Amino acid sequence: MELTKEEESALKGEQGEIMQMAYRILVATGEATDAEKLIPIEWAHLSGVNYNTIGDAGEEFLSGISKNARVKVKTTLNPMGFDIDNVSNYHLDDNFISKQLSIRKSYETMGVTPSFSCIPYEIFDIPKEGTQVSFAESNAAIHANSFDNLKTNKESAFSALASAITGKSPYSSLRKEDSPNLTIRMKIDNPNELTYGMLGFFAGKVGNNSVNISGVGEMDRRSCKALCGGMGTSGTCAKFLFGDGDPDCEKVDFDKKEMNDIHDELNTAEKGDLITLGSPQLGLEEISDLTSKLNGRSFKKRCMIFCPRIVKEQARKIGYTNELERAGCEILADCCTCLTPLISKDNVDSVTTNSIKGAYYLKNSNGVDVNLKSLSQIIEDETR
Amino acid sequence: MKILVQGKTQGIILKSQHPINFLGTVDKKTGIISDKNHELFDKSIKNSILVFPSGVGSSVGAYTIYSIKSNNSAPLAMICQKADLTVATGCALANIPLVIVTDEKFSSFQTGQKISLDTESPSPITFL
Repeated sequence: MELTKEEESALKGEQGEIMQMAYRILVATGEATDAEKLIPIEWAHLSGVNYNTIGDAGEEFLSGISKNARVKVKTTLNPMGFDIDNVSNYHLDDNFISKQLSIRKSYETMGVTPSFSCIPYEIFDIPKEGTQVSFAESNAAIHANSFDNLKTNKESAFSALASAITGKSPYSSLRKEDSPNLTIRMKIDNPNELTYGMLGFFAGKVGNNSVNISGVGEMDRRSCKALCGGMGTSGTCAKFLFGDGDPDCEKVDFDKKEMNDIHDELNTAEKGDLITLGSPQLGLEEISDLTSKLNGRSFKKRCMIFCPRIVKEQARKIGYTNELERAGCEILADCCTCLTPLISKDNVDSVTTNSIKGAYYLKNSNGVDVNLKSLSQIIEDETR
Repeated sequence: MKILVQGKTQGIILKSQHPINFLGTVDKKTGIISDKNHELFDKSIKNSILVFPSGVGSSVGAYTIYSIKSNNSAPLAMICQKADLTVATGCALANIPLVIVTDEKFSSFQTGQKISLDTESPSPITFL
């Protein structure tokens, strides 16, 4: 990779240890993705916020670098472990809370906007077409590349942080105009968001950098997010285009067999002790839709709803919150189903969700069984 | 061969044919693989030369690599078939040597072989 004189000097440590570390990360990333140079980016979105995932090593690392590191571009943040407004309702120990608040403070000290959301594309204004950004959250990177006309690598927590500190990112293939070498032919009729989540999970397994997807009709917001969430969970693929692609593209079908295999892999329970909605977090549109779908009905068991704080505030103003709380929902801002410390196998055996991404992490990280159901099915079976 | 993170070490190969999702699959303290569906389930990657196709899944996996290094449970080096950003940056920060090899070279590695790795050398990998 070609570096400018200034970049070389930073890599040698002539601009301090923080810059040296940041450029070392960018160089490793650039070499890994065959980038020929670094280019400016306008927005970084960081993962590595939840104490449940980054642990003491992450907390100490961030606390250390926050003394000197400052971000150079607009920088937003993934969810953390809890909602401070209602954390006392959950069995989190004091150590978790204080470590999480330390992580929050470190990011704020570095100049990061504490958005605590995995759906930056839904709560911030989207820059003009073709803008280069660095998104670490996998569903957000895929959404940015596939639906928002932005360009990003599927960044790691470190490469996005290095981009935030330097304002630069390697010019890797996902940032250029590439054409996928694989087309997935969607063969399932009447898909819902669960189907799209499984399609995404399948695409992530078989795709490389990017894939074409054919046979997909109009998708609502919920299905788009499910597709991106599923894809980000299972592989390295970070972009899809709708259509058949080049005629000489390799073709793979996503039919009943492929779907059932994924369903069997992730669905391990007949029913759940509680319900979670939001992985990726729910936006205002989905909360509004949920409220109307409920239509006065109430959940028969606990239902946790995860959303960004700004969405929680908007929902309260509009009156959705009252309606959802009446129906028995617990509304949580700043955190997400994915890797939540609020669900533990000590007190929960199984969880019902409509999220493939959520299912994967509930099963593998929280160690609980998962019962997969679409939102319509959840409302039919689990409310009265 | 592509060198992503430089370094010099020697050790015993632990090889997986499956990709590794560091977040959720590897225990941050012990370096033991905790995913029951994974080929290396219940094995520790500590002090091994870890050979696997590539990393997959959440980007937060880079912090897991940093964590296992901080807890002295990290591999001595990693060798992959395909470069991915989570493993590349995790190794860059944790200072774990990382190289990418050809498919042919990748299939020549077997669990239990002892090798030496020196990224400065003209032939970086030698069997001992």
